[in-house]
Amino acid sequence: MSTAPIIERCREIFEDLDFKVVRAWKDAEPGRKVMGYMPFYVPREIIHAAGMLPVGVLGGGDQLEVIHGDAYYQSYICRIPRSTIELGLTGRLDVLDGMLFPSICDVIRNLSGMWKLMFKDKYAHYFDVPQNFDDGVGGAFYIEELKILCRDFEEISGREVSDEALRRSIAVYNKNRRLVNQLYDLRIREPWKASTTDVYLILRAAMVLPVEEHSDLVREYLAAAQDEEKPMRDNCRIVLCGTFCEQPPLGLLRSIEMAGCYVVDDDFMLVTRWLLDDVPLEGDPLENLSDAYLHHSGETAAKYVPDVKTKGLHLVEAVKRSGAEGVIFASPSFCDPALLDRPMLQNVLDAHGIPYTSFKYAENSGQMQPIREQAGTFADSIKLWSAA
Amino acid sequence: MNTATTGEAVQKEDSMWKQKELINGNYARLARAHEEGRKVASTFVPGNLNELLMCFDFVRNLPEINALQNGLRKKSGAMVREAEKAGHSEDVCAYVKADLGMMMQGNIGPMGEPLPKPDILVLSYTGCFTFMKWFELVREQYQCETAMLHVPYQGDGTITPNMRDYVVKQIKEDLIPTLERVSGVKFDIDRLREYLVESAKAEDDLVWVLQSAKNKPSPIDAYFGGVYYIGPAFTAFRGTPEATDYYATLRREVAERLAAGKGPITPDGEMGEERYRLVVEGPPNWTHFREFWKMFHEEGAVVVASTYTKVGGVFDFGFRHDPTNPLESLAEYCLGCYTNLNLPTRADMLTQYVEDYQADGLLINSIKSCNSFSAGQLLLLREVEDRTGKPGAFVETDLVDPRYFSAANVKTRLESYFQMISQKRERHAA
Ligand code: SF4
Ligand code: SF4
Repeated sequence: MSTAPIIERCREIFEDLDFKVVRAWKDAEPGRKVMGYMPFYVPREIIHAAGMLPVGVLGGGDQLEVIHGDAYYQSYICRIPRSTIELGLTGRLDVLDGMLFPSICDVIRNLSGMWKLMFKDKYAHYFDVPQNFDDGVGGAFYIEELKILCRDFEEISGREVSDEALRRSIAVYNKNRRLVNQLYDLRIREPWKASTTDVYLILRAAMVLPVEEHSDLVREYLAAAQDEEKPMRDNCRIVLCGTFCEQPPLGLLRSIEMAGCYVVDDDFMLVTRWLLDDVPLEGDPLENLSDAYLHHSGETAAKYVPDVKTKGLHLVEAVKRSGAEGVIFASPSFCDPALLDRPMLQNVLDAHGIPYTSFKYAENSGQMQPIREQAGTFADSIKLWSAA
Repeated sequence: MNTATTGEAVQKEDSMWKQKELINGNYARLARAHEEGRKVASTFVPGNLNELLMCFDFVRNLPEINALQNGLRKKSGAMVREAEKAGHSEDVCAYVKADLGMMMQGNIGPMGEPLPKPDILVLSYTGCFTFMKWFELVREQYQCETAMLHVPYQGDGTITPNMRDYVVKQIKEDLIPTLERVSGVKFDIDRLREYLVESAKAEDDLVWVLQSAKNKPSPIDAYFGGVYYIGPAFTAFRGTPEATDYYATLRREVAERLAAGKGPITPDGEMGEERYRLVVEGPPNWTHFREFWKMFHEEGAVVVASTYTKVGGVFDFGFRHDPTNPLESLAEYCLGCYTNLNLPTRADMLTQYVEDYQADGLLINSIKSCNSFSAGQLLLLREVEDRTGKPGAFVETDLVDPRYFSAANVKTRLESYFQMISQKRERHAA
């Protein structure tokens, strides 16, 4: 089997702004419920344990014409909330029975309240994660917040979220995370075999497909990609940073690749890889999810780093682990978390002698030429630098 | 406020002078702190724990206040540009850039005195995501100790016991031990109680002053004047007898104005006839503060209620610091600040202000820097217009980045808004 039909399917899912896959899932059995969520992280295990389908809502990309959404936002606010509102106002999100707004920034935080005002008949919940990482303090708080999710989801789905159900769901997501990590490993080993647009589209599929189905899809892709002969190019290897919320247009990813860069790590859809290890199946499942969040989760601009000495080291680690030669900071325009974090990350990279370049994008950016040129110059300079 | 009222309002000047002394005194203390062996804590305005910091004898530095003071003195523009030159994005909050730019320029405070390196950054993470990044950036420069106090957001419109417990636990188990260690002073809860008694007294008087604007004419401007009135209570002085005294004086002065049927004092003297009563949402612009205010008072527009004067506590809805429950009360204080409220609560509050203060409508001053305030304001405007039937208006400026204050645009907007209110009134009368 080749990867082409798998990627074709992912692309169809990605391009479908009407969430047809989700609708089909919901219609397949009466009483099925769907819970939407925004970046960067929600414990999808709990949604799954309530028998609901978790659906990632990532804005409208460059395909959606935003007609109403712009009337809700000033020009200096990023694009994702306005296209998300557009999706809501045009009925495309009717299939969702609720929405979760994680604590990533003030824009999404406030969007949670806008949702309550605009879509009064729908469940909308701001999901706070702790910035204190002591089990007895931040952990205790987080577990109670998780219990609120359990209670609310039981009410919406009419299904008990038992410990057993949670453990089963944790196992399913552990498996999916392992597969996604394998996909990332493959791209590190042989980036010509798993292009970044492929990886991105596969992750996008994870936003809407039932997790079991997605795991099958990743498994099939991995098997097919290993066997495929694709030419290896003389590209440089880079880590892409800053794309954790508003989505980069697919054209942007393609431009980076065409400019001579293999993306060997990134921060796309962190929810798929946020927890770094398997969540244990024995013991109390909510405590385990809490422990995973507090002590075994990734880093991004939305998460506080208590120790100044470790700030930014995750990026250095990512560079080392993936054998990258540089970092491309691609941040959405007006994205406070990404843009405020960036100078600190750049300083850490400077201290480690890792080259980088930076630019901004919007989900609906059309002009890719400047980005291609900038990425191309960066790739050339890395090659020159490593040849010297 | 200025001294334009000399002679006719001696007592008014009392409160102004008192405030000036407080502010200058604090900057002087900051400049001398290390020389005198005192420790310095930097912290943010919303949900600050001033009373707690006083228990450890910290001198308090508030970077937001430095930024706005630099804005008022027209120094912030250069600082913002300096930070941008060093690689900070033009898209992010200008308070952060003004602060970093000031550091790059040698860290001379707005009054011309040097600001000390903080011994601790107390990251009271209330109501604004940017705070976290801001102190991470400052910490990177100073490599100093940072204590994070994570205050959860009132996403569903209430303070749950879980949120309160979380904040109390952080204060008890994390913050207090850290402050003890850094300051070398042992925590004494009775000392905290004493400060909280003072806070509650000052808060009573502040609320009285702000609510005096329910009268017609209003004796105060609750936005342009209001930013001065909140100063001591929202910053380094809440909990001190001096702040309590300031509020008692202010209350007396406003009571006298009220009894005399007078309107607010403006930088250009007594305001003329009150023609428009507005509720304002959003922080003010500092770089053109007087010019901005003038566009209102010249037209007889007075702001009778504002949300900016609630960023350091929504006291008019009943919260008071409570010495009988000190730590819980600190937690509730942090959790209850305006920008920690969800949008439905903000919409309710604004609607109530328009009604209770018999305002002609809601004006939003939308600040480019501040997503915490600004994201969702256009919806708030619609909601409040719909619920009150009163027209609203929207202007856009920035806090301390002068490039985003377009006087001509703002003035035109305001003039047409005032016209709209007048026409609506005439139609109503006809
Ligand atoms: S793109 Fe950035 S600012 Fe915009 S919603 Fe996402 S995290 Fe917030
Ligand atoms: S974003 Fe707003 S609340 Fe936050 S620091 Fe800037 S001005 Fe203050």
